[in-house]
Amino acid sequence: MNQFIEWLSQPWPWYVAGPMIGLTVPALLIIGNKTFGISSSLRHVCAICVPSGIPFFNYNWKKETWNLVFVLGILIGGFVATTFISNPNQIVIAAETQQELAALGITDFSGLMPSDIFSWENLFTAKGLLFFVIGGFLVGFGTRYAGGCTSGHAIMGISSLQWPSLVATIFFMLGGFLMTHVIMEPLMKLVGF
Amino acid sequence: MKVVEKKAEGFVCDAPNTQASGEKGLALVKYLILGILFGIVFVKAEIISWFRIQEMFRLTSFHMYGVIGSAIVTGIISIQLIKRLGIKSISGEKINIPTKEFRKGQIYGGFIFGLGWALTGACPGPLFAQIGSGFTIIIITLLSAIAGTWVYGRFADKLPN
Repeated sequence: MNQFIEWLSQPWPWYVAGPMIGLTVPALLIIGNKTFGISSSLRHVCAICVPSGIPFFNYNWKKETWNLVFVLGILIGGFVATTFISNPNQIVIAAETQQELAALGITDFSGLMPSDIFSWENLFTAKGLLFFVIGGFLVGFGTRYAGGCTSGHAIMGISSLQWPSLVATIFFMLGGFLMTHVIMEPLMKLVGF
Repeated sequence: MKVVEKKAEGFVCDAPNTQASGEKGLALVKYLILGILFGIVFVKAEIISWFRIQEMFRLTSFHMYGVIGSAIVTGIISIQLIKRLGIKSISGEKINIPTKEFRKGQIYGGFIFGLGWALTGACPGPLFAQIGSGFTIIIITLLSAIAGTWVYGRFADKLPN
């Protein structure tokens, strides 16, 4: 048993994780005729809590409760994996990426997230404003504007051979490349890294 | 009349529930279990890591491309099998995959999401797994993402689409 846990605790390679994520598509279709998509959950939260008479949030969200249950599961899954089968070793990050990030002012490479950015101490600072508030806003606004995220477009959409999803995915990547290679450095300097 | 109804249905949601029969209470547990498994994979494959997303955009690791690519290949094969073998859902319904119509929002919105993805190191799914993993500060990112969704909904009819 201990050996099994130890084996599970190692980071899982892409060729194990990728197919498992891909299998979510037929699993949801077969267990309930549901289309895989996660960013919709954010819309359901709006529809439940602050519909404010906006037509975009006026729909039968009760029918979509499954989606909220699914994302609650993801949160619990995160807890389970971190509590019971977490990797005892430090995360392995490509040397090149470490150098580039160190040049930007990142000093902590020990966990899944750099504590230089993702900590409560940064909440009311320019760093927090950039990475949590603005970053999160762009994710929520952009995914809804695009009609889906990595799950709804890149995985579900392309899997069902729908070209608009391929277009969306290409622009996800273009946005990411532009931020990473062009905008992030000046922004990080601006917020005090 | 029927056409109008169909259009209204399509507007309702981007990842719609196309099951005709309703589900309540215990019937929803299967989605919870699937979500838990999914969350475990997210953490164990380190997809929730800000560093892995940085590596992806810096082209210094194949990991994320392997994960997304093999997920898509698995998805394509599964959907083809479902279609060709006429596999039905467990409640006996014909499996229905709604078509996604092209809109300009997929370009503008996609690009905006990409900018946010590189900053937060997370798309919406990993946000939930990060919170579950104990990175509680990500609650703020999630609330901000909900605010972003709301603002889009508020101004949806005024944006080019």
